[in-house]
Amino acid sequence: MAALESPQPAATTTAMRHAFGNVLSVLILVLIGVLAFSIRLFSVIKYESVIHEFDPYFNYRVTQFLSKNGIYEFWNWFDDRTWYPLGRVIGGTVYPGLTLTAGTIWWVLNSLNIPLSVETVCVFTAPVFSAFASWATYLLTKEVKGSGAGLAAAVLLAMVPSYISRSVAGSYDNEAVAIFALIFTFYLYIKTLNTGSLFYATLNALAYFYMVCSWGGYTFIINLIPMHVLLCIVTGRYSPRLYIAYAPLVVLGTLLAALVPVVGFNAVLTSEHFASFLVFIIIHVVALVYYIKGILTPKMFKVAVTLVVSIGMVVCFIVVAILVALVASSPTGGWSGRSLSLLDPTYASKYIPIIASVSEHQPPTWPSYFMDINVLAFLVPAGIIACFSPLSDSSSFVVLYIVMSVYFSGVMVRLMLVLAPAACIMSGIALSQAFDVFTGSIKYQLGGSSNSTDNAEDTNNAPKDDASAGKTDKGEEIVKERSSKKGKKKEREPADKPSVKSKAKKKALVLPLETSIVALLLLIMLGAFYVIHCVWAAAEAYSAPSIVLTSQSRDGLHVFDDFRESYAWLSHNTDVDDKVASWWDYGYQTTAMANRTVIVDNNTWNNTHIATVGTAMSSPEKAAWEIFNSLDVKYVLVVFGGLIGYPSDDINKFLWMVRIGGGVFPHIKEADYLRDGQYRIDSEATPTMLNCLMYKLSYYRFVETDGKGYDRVRRTEIGKKHFKLTHFEEVFTSHHWMVRIYKLKPARNRIRGRAKKLKSKTTSSGWSSKSEKKNPWV
Amino acid sequence: MVKSTTKDAQDLFHSLRSTYVATPTNLKIIDLYVCFAVFTALIQVAYMALVGSFPFNSFLSGVLSCIGTAVLAVCLRIQVNKENKEFKDLAPERAFADFVLCNLVLHLVIINFLG
Repeated sequence: MAALESPQPAATTTAMRHAFGNVLSVLILVLIGVLAFSIRLFSVIKYESVIHEFDPYFNYRVTQFLSKNGIYEFWNWFDDRTWYPLGRVIGGTVYPGLTLTAGTIWWVLNSLNIPLSVETVCVFTAPVFSAFASWATYLLTKEVKGSGAGLAAAVLLAMVPSYISRSVAGSYDNEAVAIFALIFTFYLYIKTLNTGSLFYATLNALAYFYMVCSWGGYTFIINLIPMHVLLCIVTGRYSPRLYIAYAPLVVLGTLLAALVPVVGFNAVLTSEHFASFLVFIIIHVVALVYYIKGILTPKMFKVAVTLVVSIGMVVCFIVVAILVALVASSPTGGWSGRSLSLLDPTYASKYIPIIASVSEHQPPTWPSYFMDINVLAFLVPAGIIACFSPLSDSSSFVVLYIVMSVYFSGVMVRLMLVLAPAACIMSGIALSQAFDVFTGSIKYQLGGSSNSTDNAEDTNNAPKDDASAGKTDKGEEIVKERSSKKGKKKEREPADKPSVKSKAKKKALVLPLETSIVALLLLIMLGAFYVIHCVWAAAEAYSAPSIVLTSQSRDGLHVFDDFRESYAWLSHNTDVDDKVASWWDYGYQTTAMANRTVIVDNNTWNNTHIATVGTAMSSPEKAAWEIFNSLDVKYVLVVFGGLIGYPSDDINKFLWMVRIGGGVFPHIKEADYLRDGQYRIDSEATPTMLNCLMYKLSYYRFVETDGKGYDRVRRTEIGKKHFKLTHFEEVFTSHHWMVRIYKLKPARNRIRGRAKKLKSKTTSSGWSSKSEKKNPWV
Repeated sequence: MVKSTTKDAQDLFHSLRSTYVATPTNLKIIDLYVCFAVFTALIQVAYMALVGSFPFNSFLSGVLSCIGTAVLAVCLRIQVNKENKEFKDLAPERAFADFVLCNLVLHLVIINFLG
């Protein structure tokens, strides 16, 4: 190229190229932000701007309270409309980050006279923060490998289906802001590690504080960073920058974590945080050793070592013994139930059925990896190898991050979300290296003679990338422009030090022209497949709001809006203080949309209370009435999918109710509800099953729909078809029979002698007899 | 055996002291500050052992403020030390400004948590 011959224009051309590169980077980042925002809008387009699922409704209700009553009321809020009669301390049990973020955005916008409602702000918080998360990924990967890799990683994260699944417009949940906080905290940690600046260490601690406010997954950060520090020490990479990056973070971070009410003193008392303290002590010991080694002669140092080791051993032993005694005195060794179930995947199913029953807590299947991170699954190993080719502190951190997140995602499918950023970073690195090699080869071949083209990096990478035959991507033209810019940039640096690379080495790194062109085209094409998959996943798989269902049939689109219909009925036709009992799944939605007091909700903090409701659902009518009456319940709500084939209804969840109830009340035995180990509701079902409250409330009058009582989910006819309810009366059934609401009948005023005998005769002679003359409950 | 160990120990102390005396004064001031902070933390722990840990947040914030400022002073010492090649183009004024900023944040959190 002409630049080498005349150094004067070379300087300005370099400056021009850098300026052009920077402007292009900024433009690409803006486009990536727009992409990340818009790919999450499918649910708003296909359905409406509505909050999805269950947990987001609680967050929405809390945000509404915050916006109406201000921050002091929110901080001290005791909620008496849930977990009746226990109530719930909202200020102390909720992670406030998400609510405060959305509340602040709403307040700022409203004070600027942009009148967005709280619901709109809540629905669109997640897409906005996913744009921020892509930018944070760019910054993080730039610290590890350079801006080309950063842009690749950012665009991959903007589209990766696993992150989309939890941050769709309407999915107003903790992960929406927590993933941004996670990546940003890691970025600041790596930045501190690379520069050794205390200013970034302060920012790192503040970003960690934001993460602690947002999500319970902050324990991942406070365990991963100590692990990385330990890894650096053990592999001989201790440096003063490591001390500056780690020690202030531990002290400030612990204090800031203790400030958040939901964490409180757990920040110093639970086992999840002990790793950070242990490594804190270790790094001080190592720092001291290095300091003393620096000021002593080698002989004296040996003497020091023998002296210290002998005394130090004794002290260490005593301290460790005390610690072990403390830890062993608590039954779980100081770990919380959720963390234990991560370390021992079988723990939850043995001891805590509630944790085991949540479908998000099951281990993922193989196809879910390809569904959720798609093509990145192939690129991650290439990225890991690329990280080793110059192994630096930051690249060792990213390798550790991906290894840990792969393990945890294998334990719980919900944690695939933590894997997504790591996979995107690795794949971005791999892609960037691949493009470097190919475009460099093309430039070299086209430029002919004496130019030192390429990066001295990866002789390993070139054959590896050919072998993996790519899959991954970016957009189409943007790729070509960016790769040519990267190629030019890379050309500049080796041109300044021609003596470093020998000609023979350069030749070995260059691939033939046709191979490079074909490989580039293949990578771009397979990248297009990734984009298509991501857009399909966002549109079809992850955009369902779960509160509105649709189905296509011959006569067009059917919309099932039964949930909102029933909550609206509840809110209009019952008293404000009426208590509603249902299974815990629907608690948040009931309090948020119907504004009624519930007995149990999705927070599941009190297992006995949930077991009480489960027992009531599994008992015969009279016993269930007694239990509900003792809790002041007025209405019972069940979800039934048999008429339209909705599979997530209460009959399908019923066995969990039995198990959870049986865990606390031993008279409920799971085997009583199973015939030969099989769960059935047809004529072969056990009498206990056919007489339990859940069966009756679900199938009351069901036979009137088609005359045969054919259940479309279980695909059989039901066992007991004609029966009357003695202690409950039906007050509402939604349009497609999806939600059924029953009212508890009031107790009889008096029970005379004869009527008592008659009542006992009636109730003991079975519910299916139609010939009862004096039913005392009618 | 014992004699050689004691002799070794004495030699060790001598060489430690002689090299330490040679360090510049500003570093020695920072070291003094670190020792003072750690000593204060130990006093607080001893007090807690005597009196009980009832307002635990006060105890925690007191001890962690001492440890925190000690750690930050050590970071300052690392950055200001002329023998550290990694930090030779960092102005000591900038290092001190960062130290002050971090201490400000730390003490803000402490005051909030002190109760």
